[in-house]
Amino acid sequence: MKTARVAYGGALHDAVPHPQGLQLEDGRVLAEDAVVWLPPFEVGTVIALGLNYADHVKELAKELTVTTKDEPLVFLKGPGALIGHRGFTRRLKDAALMHYECELAVVIGRTSRRVKAADAMAHVAGYTVCNDYAIRDYLENWYRPNLRVKNRDGGTVLGPWFVDAADVPDPHDLALRTLVNGKVVQQGHTGNMIHSIPALIEYLSAFMTLQAGDVILTGTPDGVVNVNVGDEVVTEIDGIGRLVNTLVGDETFGR
Amino acid sequence: MTPFFLGFDVPPYRLSGVVYGTLLNDAAALAALGDAVHQAPYKAPPTAPVLYLKPRNTLAAAGAAVAVPEEGGELEIGAALGLVVGRTACRVAEAQALEYLAGYVVVADLSVPHTSFYRPSVRLKARDGSCLVGPQVVPRSTVANPDVLAIEVTVDGRVVQRADMSGMRRSTAKLLADVSEFMTLRPGDVLMLGVPHGAPRARAGQRFSIEIAGLGRLDGTLVAERELAS
Repeated sequence: MKTARVAYGGALHDAVPHPQGLQLEDGRVLAEDAVVWLPPFEVGTVIALGLNYADHVKELAKELTVTTKDEPLVFLKGPGALIGHRGFTRRLKDAALMHYECELAVVIGRTSRRVKAADAMAHVAGYTVCNDYAIRDYLENWYRPNLRVKNRDGGTVLGPWFVDAADVPDPHDLALRTLVNGKVVQQGHTGNMIHSIPALIEYLSAFMTLQAGDVILTGTPDGVVNVNVGDEVVTEIDGIGRLVNTLVGDETFGR
Repeated sequence: MTPFFLGFDVPPYRLSGVVYGTLLNDAAALAALGDAVHQAPYKAPPTAPVLYLKPRNTLAAAGAAVAVPEEGGELEIGAALGLVVGRTACRVAEAQALEYLAGYVVVADLSVPHTSFYRPSVRLKARDGSCLVGPQVVPRSTVANPDVLAIEVTVDGRVVQRADMSGMRRSTAKLLADVSEFMTLRPGDVLMLGVPHGAPRARAGQRFSIEIAGLGRLDGTLVAERELAS
């Protein structure tokens, strides 16, 4: 089952897919562009992984001082970064390099404390797609990636659908890709994660209790290139969803 | 559901549960790193505020017992002034920044001690119950100048740290301006001004307290993790 959270007609609604777009819980059928899409579940703690695809590590190797043998590179994000499907993200005029990151988002379904990898998948409620933007100009080597790079308003896109775990037989067998203005710029496969989903849940739940709604952004493969104002960025994962975002300029925000 | 201890009797009446910390705001903490700030992996001193999150699993009330992991056997007691946001703060000017605060609260930011600040160290900073907030939010109007508040930390009743906020590289207003330039703070969010350099450490079985003049005293105890394990 796939579900979404949208705003329509002055209220928030749950929705499911429909051949003409989507259907609200009250029966109304609407086109995809008739609603405002929100992140598709009540988001708790946002836990992000850096450098979790071997090919991406290779891509960044020149500037890194870690290897893939290290413990997972985990960082956290606040709620202000989150926006939904078909949203708009600010592309700063002054930044030389801002890039998308297509990621499989794993949503926790129940309280998870000291969970072993062998039992971990039972704690997953479902999945969605994430596009986690970064502005590399602002990278500093203090608690890197620092929040000014990775926790900017509207820089973490989630959606469109929350997909039940039961409908995803193997989350490590999914092709993912990013298209900028219709052209494929990033391709990968979730089987290439360095730290798998059960390994991440075991690692994290050993020191922090995960709760329903917490989400793990599992990292991105190689192929990150700069994007510009006006670009339409589509991050998609087979069987999970096709997430659209558009970049807008500083003037939209009165800057 | 908002845990009971995140509710207060001043606006915004309850905390949002979003708590940010500021690393190395104390000039003495940065100075203590010496020339290392220019060497790998840092290569340069930080320019923007270096922030981190204390996620919801870390939040606990004043008086709580905090689990100390067996590895290392100690926690660092970070004593912080918590700035409680009162209205949505996006790109606020330094001159007006304090008007966006509802008040102030004592925060005990506990971490497993670590000497490298290159990676976010979530495993060391985001442990369950490692962020105590309380005992109360005091209204902004009752604090004339947050940047001179005195802070005192005790372990087992003995004073182990005395400091004040005057050594911070970014004042309260400057920090709010620089942070809200790239991330909007919402009512009930807490931003820690920064932990004074020389944070004491304590072990399982010890009690600690953090008192900030005018804000009250936050107490806590440390217990071995295996004793808390359910």
